[in-house]
Amino acid sequence: MAVMKLYGSPLSSAVWRVLASLYEKGLDFEFIPVDMKSGEHKKEPYLSLNPFGQVPAFVDGDLKLFESRAITQYISHEYADKGTPLVVPGKPMAIVSVWMEVEAHQYDPLAGKLAWELGYKPHFGMQPDHAVVEENEGKLGKVLDVYEARLSQSKYIGGDTFTLADLHHLPTLSFLMDTPAKKLIESRPKVSAWVADITSRPAWCKVVEFRKQH
Amino acid sequence: MAPKLRLHGIPMSSCAARSMICLYEKGVEFELVLVDFFIAAEHKQPPFLSKNPFGQIPVLEDGNLTLFESRAINEYVSNKFKDQGTDLIRHNSLEESALVKVWTEVESHQFHPAISPIYNQHLLAPLYGKSSDQAIIDEHLEKLRMVLDVYEDRLGKTKYLAGDFYSLADLHHMPMMFSFMKTPWGHVVNERPKVKAWWEDISSRDAFKKVAVGMTIGDK
Repeated sequence: MAVMKLYGSPLSSAVWRVLASLYEKGLDFEFIPVDMKSGEHKKEPYLSLNPFGQVPAFVDGDLKLFESRAITQYISHEYADKGTPLVVPGKPMAIVSVWMEVEAHQYDPLAGKLAWELGYKPHFGMQPDHAVVEENEGKLGKVLDVYEARLSQSKYIGGDTFTLADLHHLPTLSFLMDTPAKKLIESRPKVSAWVADITSRPAWCKVVEFRKQH
Repeated sequence: MAPKLRLHGIPMSSCAARSMICLYEKGVEFELVLVDFFIAAEHKQPPFLSKNPFGQIPVLEDGNLTLFESRAINEYVSNKFKDQGTDLIRHNSLEESALVKVWTEVESHQFHPAISPIYNQHLLAPLYGKSSDQAIIDEHLEKLRMVLDVYEDRLGKTKYLAGDFYSLADLHHMPMMFSFMKTPWGHVVNERPKVKAWWEDISSRDAFKKVAVGMTIGDK
């Protein structure tokens, strides 16, 4: 049986999202680097794996997938009996699903912009746009106020156990914790405790180690 | 007899429409509970906030289960009622269901961020007495063109986005597509024959037509 293949760059937060799910489940896989500096992701043959020319892409046997959150969901369902359960049975999954959509539509557009301005841009020698930073910090603060209330009622964001709803946040959360935007998290005790908890998970520590080694 | 599902929203809301189309496709009986959106801003206050702390519509109530985010509502409805109506999630096939996930994520992360600022600027801003920003529209039209080029290529290989079957992946596009075709830039779709044919096909579905009647934003 061919080993699963994950295509991408060690710098990509979307790749980290998939790595986190593979490590949580203890699955064997092969990481195939894509040379984004030379534009490999925008040409064939990579485009036949991800027609949007983005990373990651994922191959499991005959199945070719892209979009990190589709890949993590596939992994979580197909390998449900391995490692950490990242999805849950029955009605509680509907609530996990709600908070997965919250991550995608309320949180990520704002956190992603901040990660770009405060994390990626300095890495590439560019100046952050302070107006964009201020605007998005304000909006993200309001979203995190909702998270603060949610985490007062629920141990993890999707329910009582760690699930994909928490995992999907990890890449941008850990990015933001290395920037001045970390004040948004540190000033909210429940959010802060939740971030400390999920970023100390062994599987996430493996992702951090992977980034360092590549 | 189980109580009817209750969907809180208004007919002209594109997000509420996304869930109503799904409920009709599945043949699930529901009650549309109208929210006093424009005058009282009911959705931005208690008690509505206890249903959706982000103060948005729609909200679905199924007995004591309260859900928000239209795409999560649709995932729930498609799973719970998987044995009736249209099969929107292809639960009997590992490969098909994985591809439905891929293309629902594409709608969320590629299509929606490109098209919704155009909707907000051209169709919503006037409703709130604001002027629209053409620079934002132009920037996002360019992004939308690039996304639809990928769709044009994809729809040359499969009849619908996830495969040769209609699914949630197609459905989730419908409210924004419908509104977009009322703007001056519908030619962006019509210039791409496969995308145009796909839109004409899916917008002829009965479930969509029922909901489209109420989607009056952008009508003259």
